[in-house]
Amino acid sequence: MVMKKIILKDSAYSIKKGNILSIKQLTENEKLFEIALEGGERFDNEPGQFVMVSVFGAGEIPISVSSSPTNNGYFDICVRAAGKVTNALHKLEAGDVIGIRGPFGKGFPIRMLEGNDLLIIACGLGLAPLRSLIRYVFDNRKDFGKINILFGCRSPENILFPDEINDWKKRNDVYFESTVDCGTPDWKGRVGLITTLIPGVHIEPDRTFVALVGPPAVYIPVIKELLSRNVPERHILISLERHMKCGVGKCGHCQIQNLYCCRDGPVFNYEEIKHLKEAF
Amino acid sequence: MQDNQYAILRKEHFSSLISTLSKLHKLAAPVFKGYNNYAFEEVRSGEEIALNYIPTILPPKKFFMPVHETLLEYEIGKGRNAKAVIEYEEMLLFGVHTCDIAGIQCLNMVFSEHPQDQNYLIHKQNIKIIGLECNEYCDEFANCRLMNTHLPDGGYDLFFTDLGDYFIVHINTQAGEEIIESAGFFKSAEISHLNELASFREKKKTLFKNELPVDLDLIPDLFDRSFESKVWEDLDERCLACGNCTNVCPTCYCFDIRDEINLYLTEGKRYRVWDSCQLEPFAKVAGGKNFRKMRKERQRHRYYRKFRYPIERFSRFFCTGCGRCSRSCMAGIRLKETLKSLIGTKEEAKA
Repeated sequence: MVMKKIILKDSAYSIKKGNILSIKQLTENEKLFEIALEGGERFDNEPGQFVMVSVFGAGEIPISVSSSPTNNGYFDICVRAAGKVTNALHKLEAGDVIGIRGPFGKGFPIRMLEGNDLLIIACGLGLAPLRSLIRYVFDNRKDFGKINILFGCRSPENILFPDEINDWKKRNDVYFESTVDCGTPDWKGRVGLITTLIPGVHIEPDRTFVALVGPPAVYIPVIKELLSRNVPERHILISLERHMKCGVGKCGHCQIQNLYCCRDGPVFNYEEIKHLKEAF
Repeated sequence: MQDNQYAILRKEHFSSLISTLSKLHKLAAPVFKGYNNYAFEEVRSGEEIALNYIPTILPPKKFFMPVHETLLEYEIGKGRNAKAVIEYEEMLLFGVHTCDIAGIQCLNMVFSEHPQDQNYLIHKQNIKIIGLECNEYCDEFANCRLMNTHLPDGGYDLFFTDLGDYFIVHINTQAGEEIIESAGFFKSAEISHLNELASFREKKKTLFKNELPVDLDLIPDLFDRSFESKVWEDLDERCLACGNCTNVCPTCYCFDIRDEINLYLTEGKRYRVWDSCQLEPFAKVAGGKNFRKMRKERQRHRYYRKFRYPIERFSRFFCTGCGRCSRSCMAGIRLKETLKSLIGTKEEAKA
């Protein structure tokens, strides 16, 4: 008849220690954290999955993984300082320890993509989860057909990973185009919406899969454009953003009608979610 | 002839039984709290228990999934060590109605589904359940006949049915049998007692009638056609987004996870606390986008989580017919009326 307290070894809420190996300031508001699990434990993620990141004393938030599972010994997360936990994370330094649960969810269906052409469309911070797919594809380049990457963001100073983007531009085995919504005087690239880049891409509908990640507002116009190019609905892969609290399909925060974004997603194909009114 | 699945407790022994059980276990039972309100609370004697009660303010889920529960404790200083924890106690719940047993069965499914929720499951393993049958409707808000939760259907260790001057008790588990043996006071049931139970159940059929002009089997189909129904507009105008309906629901289990640090800034704990999909920020993301911004969207979500979405995942409805959401709604939103309106407007509502 007394309260007992025990330590759980197999709790879904247990966290592992993650050591911050390095931090890189990407833009004014975004930083890239390179993290290694304590004890050299292997971190095995599918491109497109997310982790629950704990800042001790501040809280826990879902963040998509930005690195490819082909990395050895570490993984990356790209974080915009937006709320309490992300701001606390931005104050940390290399050598600090954070908590990690996961990876969680369904990522991009790599086995299904192999042998096909890819059109990767990243808008703004959507490049963070797609970088994990892009790096995976480059590390296994011969397993895929033509690779197209389209990137759009608000203005030139919001461009994440500019060095990597320059490398992608130089490669012969990828078609890369980018645009910004508002240029600056020294911006020589395109200005306009992401949809304006799609007509420039050669699409063979039957063998092209699209990976699209961006803010909710871009999904409908981009999908419309893709459908007009005859891309099959189930070839359009989208990662949906929700604020997961548990990550294991219980807490209800990420629920989209009958689906749980944390468990059934975050990557969905358009065919399976197009009828869901609360998806976008 | 005797039946060892059933036992008899004469009513004059009820009080002694409760006193005895409360010495062996922590015992919680429905207690009268003033004007038509009841709550499951710890009791030590039979006199404290309200045997004839309408559904308690909070369902027994509060014992399985405490309102506020620590999941993790960690150091903020050098070590940054973290450990997942659970605090629990063994207890016995007495007097659980069939609707609330159904609610616990729903939660069991949710938290047993992979990945399992150890905190919930450990509470579950340590709580024994003694059910109590309703001899009549609690009040006009219940829809237990529609949901088929008005009769016992497993999910308990023992189940009491009041047959006048005695209770007939169904022994459903080994743990239930141990309670009977350790407490004393029980006798084996005779065939005459079983006959009385059978005729009571027969009479109950005439007392409990489907509360709505719709067959339960047709409800998923009704909801398939009702997503854009005008009924949700009506709820939009009335709902106060207070979250009462989800707090009192025996099958609502949504939660938030929060961190709290001690005043020395040396240790922190992470806890879950009941949350509600009816509250405005529930489906909001970092950029400020809210995926269920309108009250009608949130109310609709609540109804679909009871009558449509769990059918695919768990093959059962998550409404137990207890009537709590209707009883506690300050804006007078009544579940039976909402369902009636959906039935009435289904022809014009196209998804």
